[in-house]
Amino acid sequence: MNTPSPAAPALEASHLTKVYGSGNTEVVAMKDVSLTVARGEVVALLGPSGAGKSTLLTAIGLINPPTSGRIAIGGQAVMDADRALVDLRAFRRQHLGFVFQKANLIPFLNAVENVQVAMEINDVSPPAARSRALELLDYLGVAGRSHNLPDALSGGQQQRVAVARALANQPSLILADEPTAALDSQRGRQVMELFRKVAHERGAAVIVVTHDHRALDIFDRTYEMEDGQLKTN
Amino acid sequence: MNLAAKDIRHNFGRFALTTVGIGLLLMIVMGMGGIYRGLIREATLLVDKIGADLWVVQGSTRGPFAEVSRVSANLEDRARAVPGVAGARRFVSHTIQREHRGRPLRIVVQGLSWPEDRGGWIPLVAGRPLQQAHFEMIADRSLNLPLGERLQLGKDVYEVVGLASGMVGSGGDGLCFFSVSDAEAIQFDVPGEAVRLERQSRRARAAARDIGQVQPLLLERAAGPASDLPALAPPQVSAVMVALQPGADPAQVAATLATWPDITVYSTPQQVDLLLAGMVDKARRQLGLFRVLLIIISTIIMALIIYTLTLDKIHDIAMLKLMGARNGVIVGLILQQALLIGALGYGLAYWLGTFAFPRFPRLVVIETTDLVSLAAIVLGISVLSSLLGIWKAMRVEPNKVLS
Repeated sequence: MNTPSPAAPALEASHLTKVYGSGNTEVVAMKDVSLTVARGEVVALLGPSGAGKSTLLTAIGLINPPTSGRIAIGGQAVMDADRALVDLRAFRRQHLGFVFQKANLIPFLNAVENVQVAMEINDVSPPAARSRALELLDYLGVAGRSHNLPDALSGGQQQRVAVARALANQPSLILADEPTAALDSQRGRQVMELFRKVAHERGAAVIVVTHDHRALDIFDRTYEMEDGQLKTN
Repeated sequence: MNLAAKDIRHNFGRFALTTVGIGLLLMIVMGMGGIYRGLIREATLLVDKIGADLWVVQGSTRGPFAEVSRVSANLEDRARAVPGVAGARRFVSHTIQREHRGRPLRIVVQGLSWPEDRGGWIPLVAGRPLQQAHFEMIADRSLNLPLGERLQLGKDVYEVVGLASGMVGSGGDGLCFFSVSDAEAIQFDVPGEAVRLERQSRRARAAARDIGQVQPLLLERAAGPASDLPALAPPQVSAVMVALQPGADPAQVAATLATWPDITVYSTPQQVDLLLAGMVDKARRQLGLFRVLLIIISTIIMALIIYTLTLDKIHDIAMLKLMGARNGVIVGLILQQALLIGALGYGLAYWLGTFAFPRFPRLVVIETTDLVSLAAIVLGISVLSSLLGIWKAMRVEPNKVLS
């Protein structure tokens, strides 16, 4: 099996199409989308609801395979149409990080455990995972709340923990689906700046689906999706 | 990190309540098994402890534990004459119900063949065996009769001189041991008026016949006590118990006795089989069926609880899958919780049982083999009940996180 190459782009998606249903009920959610993102690059995906942004993100995130097209992550081909070329779950574990509109923290784990669990399921020893989880929480400014359960954290703190969790296994690609939608503008901007910091300091590519046009200056590139097609802004 | 333990810690109240519920159910399952064993032990206790090798009962009957058996008391002497027989004792047993200190008292009246048998074999917790032929009794402590208590049975008063433990009949009623003659006196006691009427009718029957007309002495005797009438049969007993000489062949002795047409002979194992196949069989089958039903109900309840607990975590499971968690992590989360509920429920059932079972009105016998088999069943139902939850968790797609 190929392993991701440090020299290759973080993401190469070519000619991705996603069709739901067939015949009269056929809906084309994504049409011939090609996208390349370099390491350390922060990219925004804009567009109205139903434009296909989340479809593209979940296809790249290997949780909703495209109907046709190819996906390579870190130079390694992972999907050819809806055929997986690697163990998708293992690949997600090792190379991808996810952040969503809701933090989706596991409610029975405290902040540090939420980060730690992502590493433990990737076979990192518990002491090493805990140490790194604390380090990440410190890096993201929530070390003081590391022993709080998600219920006891504010929305912004929860989202920071979710970012820490996404960074836990040092992924080459972080996918964020409207990560600031539940936050006020100030906290939303802080999270976006966090992505930029992570990308530039840690070399991970970040793709952010967002409706928020106020923080576009943070992104290296922005794309607009409309009717399932991708346009460069 | 043990996700199951973390989840339990977070939902401790719910988990504890679930475990208590399962524990109570398992305690009933355990208790049912104990009652089943107790039923067998109670039914066979007397036969096991009384020390008879052979039971001589009324011909063509299954003996006093299965039906009414009446044999002549002098059968005891006939049995003693058979080669290989070391001794024979009369067996008298019947159940009475009396009012005592304002509450109903059911007693299994058991005759001891005085003076050979004074009840030395009875496990006493207080007092002593019988020391005189009349008016003494040894009572099982389940009857709540204290030492020295005096009880009117029939026309006589009997004093409790010994207290036995665990001596109950197949119906669960406590045993009281008397000398055989006292046991018969209690059994055949009739009111004075009934005795007077019987003597009158006996005299009238005799007077109506020629022999009564020509022998006035016979009429006089007929109006007197039954014991003065040589033509009447001696008192009857339920059975005669035979003890064999050391080295005697039980089959040989039984074969010799079996040539007498008025009786039937059973060995002690045969008597036990008759007891279990007769009186106890339906009750123990019913208990067995209840036990199976309770195990099925426990499995269904546990499965529903585990399934509900899994449904509550379905979003978290989807998140774990999205992060790339292996199936083993998710199966472990559900299975460990099910096993923990099962194990703690089992432990709780056992612990509660140690307090509850001794207070049950019937004997509850918890044997190690039953505990081990129930533990295996609990393990099985824990795994089985988690399957529904595991099946649901395995079907969850990671993109459920987005919904």
